[in-house]
Amino acid sequence: MSDPALLALNLAEARDGLARKLFSARELTAAYNDAVAEAKPLNAYITPTPEHALAMAEAADRRLARGEALPLDGIPVAVKDLFCTRDIPTTAGSRILDGFRPPYESAVTDKLWQAGAVMLGKTNLDEFGMGSSNMTSWYGPVENPWRRPGDNRPLVPGGSSGGSAVAVAAHAALAASGTDTGGSIRQPASFCGIVGLKPTYGRCSRWGVVAFASSLDHPGPMARTVRDVAIMLGAMAGHDPRDSTSAPVAIPDFEAALDGNIEGLRVGIPREYRVDGMPGEIEALWKQGVGWLREAGAEPVEISLPMTKYALPAYYIIALAEASSNLARYDGVRFGLRVEGASLEEMYELTRAAGFGAEVRRRVLIGTYVLSAGYYDAYYLKAQRVRTLIARDFARAFERVDCILTPTAPSAAFAIGEMSSDPIEMYLNDVFTVPANLAGVPAVSVPAGVSGDGLPLGLQITGRAFDEQTVLRVAEVLERTAQFRHLPGFVAGGRA
Amino acid sequence: MTESRTEAWETVIGLEVHSQVVSKAKLFSGAATVFGAEPNTQVSPIDAAFPGMLPVINRFCVEQAVKTGLGLAAEINLRSVFERKNYFYPDLPAGYQISQYLQPVVGHGRVSLDLPDGTVREVGITRLHLEQDAGKSLHDQHPALTYVDLNRAGVALMEIVSEPDLRSAEEAGLYLRKLRSILRYLGTCDGNMEEGSLRCDANVSVRRPGAPMGTRCEIKNVNSIRFVMQAIEYEARRQIELLEEGGRVEQQTCLFDVGRGITRPMRSKEEAHDYRYFPDPDLLPLVLDPDWVERIRASLPELPDAKKARFMSQYGLSTDDAGVLVAEKETAVYFERAAQGRDAKVAANWVVGDLFGAVNRLGIGIGQSPVSASQLGALIDLIADGTISGRLAKDVFAEMVASRADPTAIVEAKGLRQVTDSTAIEAAIDTVLAAQADKLAEYRAGRDRLYGFFVGQIMRATKGKANPALVNQLLKKKLAG
Repeated sequence: MSDPALLALNLAEARDGLARKLFSARELTAAYNDAVAEAKPLNAYITPTPEHALAMAEAADRRLARGEALPLDGIPVAVKDLFCTRDIPTTAGSRILDGFRPPYESAVTDKLWQAGAVMLGKTNLDEFGMGSSNMTSWYGPVENPWRRPGDNRPLVPGGSSGGSAVAVAAHAALAASGTDTGGSIRQPASFCGIVGLKPTYGRCSRWGVVAFASSLDHPGPMARTVRDVAIMLGAMAGHDPRDSTSAPVAIPDFEAALDGNIEGLRVGIPREYRVDGMPGEIEALWKQGVGWLREAGAEPVEISLPMTKYALPAYYIIALAEASSNLARYDGVRFGLRVEGASLEEMYELTRAAGFGAEVRRRVLIGTYVLSAGYYDAYYLKAQRVRTLIARDFARAFERVDCILTPTAPSAAFAIGEMSSDPIEMYLNDVFTVPANLAGVPAVSVPAGVSGDGLPLGLQITGRAFDEQTVLRVAEVLERTAQFRHLPGFVAGGRA
Repeated sequence: MTESRTEAWETVIGLEVHSQVVSKAKLFSGAATVFGAEPNTQVSPIDAAFPGMLPVINRFCVEQAVKTGLGLAAEINLRSVFERKNYFYPDLPAGYQISQYLQPVVGHGRVSLDLPDGTVREVGITRLHLEQDAGKSLHDQHPALTYVDLNRAGVALMEIVSEPDLRSAEEAGLYLRKLRSILRYLGTCDGNMEEGSLRCDANVSVRRPGAPMGTRCEIKNVNSIRFVMQAIEYEARRQIELLEEGGRVEQQTCLFDVGRGITRPMRSKEEAHDYRYFPDPDLLPLVLDPDWVERIRASLPELPDAKKARFMSQYGLSTDDAGVLVAEKETAVYFERAAQGRDAKVAANWVVGDLFGAVNRLGIGIGQSPVSASQLGALIDLIADGTISGRLAKDVFAEMVASRADPTAIVEAKGLRQVTDSTAIEAAIDTVLAAQADKLAEYRAGRDRLYGFFVGQIMRATKGKANPALVNQLLKKKLAG
């Protein structure tokens, strides 16, 4: 098979091709190594690991030859550079982790390798996952492979898992791991026209994932199809006693849940998600999605999630409070960057000033402020109460409906520099995604249409805790009905 | 009550004790906790706060804290929360200490103290919570650099906070000894202050009797009972002098300067921390099963107070002797072994008197005593059955300390068996009286005091082996005759 043909296969197809020995894992991986190199201008990867990938592919080929294939044997995937990978640089997109090579492998990536997957490299991201545009990385911005027709300005891929989203969209990986703290898997998936799932909190272990906000960080899969995401989730999920917040629940067969049957399923449509300033085409796509699901036998139900408008401020208080504490360990003492100073305090100050970018510094400052004596009750404690109420909103809604359909983001991808420099405006891009992080419930973004200027738009399906099956089942029906077949302007190997 | 130039002042003291939990592994990681290991050899990536590392609570450490809480007659909180105490220091790798703040695992409890005047003082326990220890900064390894040893980072500590119920340095000392004794009985802390297993912060204030609480100063991190007492003594005196001169006590944190015997304020305002406590999102609330707590309660050993009461009722010991014997678990065990099947009061006298004297002189604990409990018991038996006299027994005991030999062997080897043959004793009496004819005449003339002289001469003649009762009986008969 030619490289472009190999690269055009999705994960499930590649898995079948490997099983039927139409090509070897080595051939597939070599094609992807070339694709990673070809896609370099997009800056999706911080650290490609081509030789590592070939060695893993050869091991997969040996297992395939013996008929001992593992679930993801020979599947080349990208890893967001927030997952620690043993002896391979792990940067979190930050200068402060300069030279850091973890002596351990994160739980989720370890599971991927145990399942036979092949690591293509570590993907770019907003620094420590803090951003919605992938413009805060020390390793430079990532470019979206999509362009507006007739407009050559590069667009952002969304964030923070922008590198992973671009790698998958540009055929420079079959799938990728991401993390989602306030939409960091779903929003870039929406911007890049791929599928991204934030699982239930506790479904995938956080052990070995560089922490942004512990109670909100969710590792999860990104891929080109819902089925591929289901396959990836099966390999990434599972209880991990090393993570106290990991849930001791069984791993269902997510792929088997994709039976296309949503007959009688009740789909909630929350009225609070019609926010001011949302483009009409997104509203229209949402209505279209409701129509598609109704035609497939589901029953749309208007619901109310009254606390939605408080989600964003509560999220930014809790996330930044936790971040300010989680990032205290980057002090120049034990690993990463150190800038020497005349005193201990000066070493701290110089190291952290040089090591953290502006957005990270802003968030650490805000987080420190909201936890300070005299402000704790007004900010952090109140935000936690709001969080409880938001979780209650979802719990009540799920007494009446089986899942909830909303847009993923209030906009399509925007051009670098198109967004105002007001950070609040950037934070507003998370308005539809943060409630699921606060409540810990699973949510997936599926590409469902294109904007007036030809950019992908995603719809989001949110479900009950530990009911990823329903979320994925509905997503697959939506994917099939929407028949989203667009490709970005750039794909590695060329548009076939 | 401290007397001063004008009138009496009352010192009010509350103590915070940091006690290292006896556990093979740390509070949130599997790394070892052995004291004295090479620097940085007992450190997991979790202890060093590497990116992505997560804490997992050590169940055994929780069990130890619950056991301690039960030993302090305290409420066990079935739900408690670990929080982060945020501050920067090189030996605090994460930039925060995981501790318990608003919801500790153990609530109100009490410790009772036997005061020297014979009364009992109940000291309230405010709370006990679990927290991680920090590492150690080594400033003496290099002229310009500080080294950090993380072996201790993450080791489990129990912070035990008392109510401000103590009224003098002596009471503070009694409290610390009692607390350490309870911890050792429970096996939850070895109480070894030299190794830093027990460290103490003292909150000290003074007031006129009956007046509201004065402003307190906190003396940090004192690592011996003697120093705690000295520090309190000094600090109370300092505050009284200040107040009597019309000054005001500033609330501050002090260090105790061991060399000069004074307290000194730590750099205060600029170093004042806002710890920004908040619940650690990496850990779920700690929820205990009430049945599990009850199983721990059922497994508690007999504690010092109960043991003391039993020693008094079962063995008829005095309060003082019972108190001394139960202070250390090892002593109590030793005593009970030595007393078994014997006159317990006699055994108590031997332990409290000669044995304590010997081990103190040797500077060792009773656990290393050269005389075992069964050997001491055998010695007591030799006195009871008349084989040796009480006086000779002292010599035998000294020999046992020196040679670690059994008392019977010493008695046989040295021919110390008591002479109970009245013919032999009568012969000795006759010899002595014949040799001291002039003294005998004086005695008969009315100098009664010479009786003791004759006894001494007879004992010397028999090399101390004559049964003293028999000597008395026969001598009286001879003198009368």
